[in-house]
Amino acid sequence: MSDPMIRARARLWGRRFLPVVVLCVLPFYLDAFWLRIGLFSLAAAIGAVGLGLLTGTAGQLSLGHAFFLAVGAYGYVWLAGEPGPGLPPALALVLAVLLAGAAGGLFSPVAGRVRGIYLGVATLALVFLGHHVLLTADSVTGGFNGRSVPPLPGFTDSDPQPVLLGVPFGSAERLWYLGLALFALTWFTARGLLRGRPGRALAALRDSETAAAVMGVHVARYRSAAFVVSSMYAGLAGVLLALAFRRVVPDYFALALSVDYLAMIVVGGLGSVAGATAGAVFVTALPLLMARYADQLPLVAAPGAADGAVGPTEAARYLYGAAIVLVLLYAPDGLRGVTRRLRARRPRERPPRTPTSSPASTPAVRAKEHTP
Amino acid sequence: MTGLLDNLLNGLALGSVYALVALGFVVIFKASGVLNFAHGSLLLLGGYLTAVWHDDLGFAGALALAVLVTAAVAGALDRLLLQRGEPDPHAAHVQTIVTIGIDIVLVTDLARRIGGDLLSLGDPWGDSVRDLGPVTVADSRLAAVVVSAVVIGAVFALFRFTAWGLSLRAAAEDVEAAALMGVRLSRVRALAWCLAGALAALAAVFLVAFPAPGLERTTGQIALKAFPAAILGGMTSPAGALAGSMLIGLTEALVAGYQSELHVLGEGFGDVAPYAVMVLVLLVRPTGLFGTKGAARV
Repeated sequence: MSDPMIRARARLWGRRFLPVVVLCVLPFYLDAFWLRIGLFSLAAAIGAVGLGLLTGTAGQLSLGHAFFLAVGAYGYVWLAGEPGPGLPPALALVLAVLLAGAAGGLFSPVAGRVRGIYLGVATLALVFLGHHVLLTADSVTGGFNGRSVPPLPGFTDSDPQPVLLGVPFGSAERLWYLGLALFALTWFTARGLLRGRPGRALAALRDSETAAAVMGVHVARYRSAAFVVSSMYAGLAGVLLALAFRRVVPDYFALALSVDYLAMIVVGGLGSVAGATAGAVFVTALPLLMARYADQLPLVAAPGAADGAVGPTEAARYLYGAAIVLVLLYAPDGLRGVTRRLRARRPRERPPRTPTSSPASTPAVRAKEHTP
Repeated sequence: MTGLLDNLLNGLALGSVYALVALGFVVIFKASGVLNFAHGSLLLLGGYLTAVWHDDLGFAGALALAVLVTAAVAGALDRLLLQRGEPDPHAAHVQTIVTIGIDIVLVTDLARRIGGDLLSLGDPWGDSVRDLGPVTVADSRLAAVVVSAVVIGAVFALFRFTAWGLSLRAAAEDVEAAALMGVRLSRVRALAWCLAGALAALAAVFLVAFPAPGLERTTGQIALKAFPAAILGGMTSPAGALAGSMLIGLTEALVAGYQSELHVLGEGFGDVAPYAVMVLVLLVRPTGLFGTKGAARV
């Protein structure tokens, strides 16, 4: 074993496990504000990974993600709460995810046949119709004022708070670990899907429908399946968001939310799980951070300032609207591509190319590079 | 009976306004293959400019200037942001998502300027109504029908009789062949965007005229209802967009008019009825009623 070889391997393991370790110890160093941002980011990342699968890998534009988030969130609230069957919350969580998947499946006659950007318009219908249902089906959704979210047992403020290493272990800390576990589940299942047969089939479908069909990809079935899987991830994200917010209201699940998710995957770089995650953190954390530091930022007014002032929400929306345009025009691979290029520019720090040493290029990204 | 006539007339007026917007979608799609998600913000821009300028310039002057400026903005967006690099089959998809980014920025800025206000556009019709036989119609609705008919007729004439219209149809048919025959694609495209912007600004006036309360920050979302109209028409056919708009307008007006009989669907279902129609049509015909895309079968 040569010395550089060992160092390369160490670096590789470091790159893989350092983030995990950092994420696990964060609750011991950060206060509730940062943990909340982190929790929202994790939930958004789960949803964004799902949308990335559909839009980035399968090339099917969806603006209906807010609807499936709503199905997940409201599904959980109704299944676990009163009025509703009042199931155990953990079971309600699983059922809510399945419910979101079923909703995606019901839409599959459209999702399986309508292609690419047309689907974007068709899914607009889901958001508007869904919002209408949320407002009018009072008995299930609570109407305009929404419903409060029944907490998972063990994740409430009234539970005993053990003190670990001098840090009180309250609901924020516990929800953080729940989010982290669900995100890990998302990360590995999505990467498995993308690197395996389904991912290749979907990428082939995106690049040429005809060629993919000739190679034996069942076009409508794969498209519907991508849609169903993506809605299940959205449903999971919805449940987690509901748990974090503690109250669900219809106006949150509007078109703007769908657009936010689209922004996440575009900014992060289409077709990769890590990209979607990075984009989700960027789009979610940006407005919250700007709201917190509004008084120290130039050009940004405090929230609730007079009409016409640039508040933190507006400033964040300018930024990521512009980010979408700039990323697509100048860096089509998104944040993911930028970091990869930066890494490639420093050849000496690069580990020698062994078959296991290039986690940077996922099959989806490679497939894209081969596009003529 | 008068109830039905009222609703039909309302639907016709609404449909003709949607047609202005939907025609814009179709023109842009034919010229560039892009679904313009920034159309709502262009409409909002046109309405906002008219509202701001009508005190100084009068309604007609403000509207004319707003239409020109919106057209220029739309053309500039296409020229500066979308028309970059070599045209390739995936470019249209990427550009479609770019328009979503543009929409976020424009809508955020306009919504910030408008705030919680309801802006009046100072249109000359006000809330006056007149009797046409058995029914009473708002002047603004009549104006919407008449102006839309004239403008849409003019646009169809543009398609049919001008060199630009011919170039546009050629480019929509086969981009490469058109380019080889000397069609300047970039100019055709930019002009198509200008036309669509002008139509959107014009539509804004009728969308916010009586009986609507006025221009508000969410007015741009109304433009999205013209999406179902254009999709129903198959995206590539202007006549189809016209038919789709009428269908959408009539559905919305009828559902809203008979809301008390349709209370199972919930209050305000008229606003979302266009989308329900679109989903139903797409279930039966995934390419829209008059669509020709998707002929490549394997």
